[in-house]
Amino acid sequence: MTIPNFEAINVGDEIPSFTTEPVSRLTLALYATGSGDHHPLHLDQDYVRSKGMKDVFAHGMLGMAYLGRLLTQWVPQEAIRSFGVRFTAITWVGESMVCTGKVVEKLEQNGEKCVRLELTCANEQGEAKHKADAVVALA
Amino acid sequence: MLIDKKHIGMKVPPHSVTPTAWQLKWFAKATGETNPIYFDEAAAAKAGLPGVLVPPTFFFCMDMDKDEPFDYIAAMGCDFGKMLHGEQIFTYHKPVYAGDTLDFDGQVTDIYDKKNGALQFIVKDVKVSRQGEAVCDLRTVIVIRA
Repeated sequence: MTIPNFEAINVGDEIPSFTTEPVSRLTLALYATGSGDHHPLHLDQDYVRSKGMKDVFAHGMLGMAYLGRLLTQWVPQEAIRSFGVRFTAITWVGESMVCTGKVVEKLEQNGEKCVRLELTCANEQGEAKHKADAVVALA
Repeated sequence: MLIDKKHIGMKVPPHSVTPTAWQLKWFAKATGETNPIYFDEAAAAKAGLPGVLVPPTFFFCMDMDKDEPFDYIAAMGCDFGKMLHGEQIFTYHKPVYAGDTLDFDGQVTDIYDKKNGALQFIVKDVKVSRQGEAVCDLRTVIVIRA
């Protein structure tokens, strides 16, 4: 994988997007194993019903991990300078996550040519679940 | 009830984590990762890496990898049932790999509220280092609903 050339990238450019498989209970069990987060809100139907909620829902950090993949499919990970996300809505079992990103700013930071990206993780109806931004150093 | 701002500056007990290739393999499977440098030791070695590469958001998992990851929230008298993860920010300095021993050193750096206290925000900043070298900074913003 090569790092894109700063001069060749323009504000408004979109990076390659993807849509995940629907988030399943198995996905959440696997994420609990991989992340170490076994909170019952994500795993235990009896527990969430006792709390008055309709169903288990995805770990917020699962969506951020998907957006991390979006970045590392575009540039090698060592090019990422910062990556932040705001969790805006809950992701329910059965929803597929549409992960997209676009360049919103070209900047110089600590002597490096960088771009700022706006990233979104949304369901297929267009409801944003997570809004993120990342600064990536280019060649 | 508003959280007492005297908790700004509270130190979180430090901890150390050594990520393993085994754990990262499950994280990769869970997140749909297909690039083998994130889960296959042989592929990482072939790519010239000292070990399986720790992916960008796994620092959060390691920060949580302790007996009481929300001890600082409990110390403020907040109800865990009203707690939400509001924001998560990472700043990266160096790549890290399975087998590295990482030190996590955190502190509560801000407490503020919005909507007349209906939403309160607790900001925790954590510095992650490997043998004294800074590798990553985390900022976690926890929201407490009224």
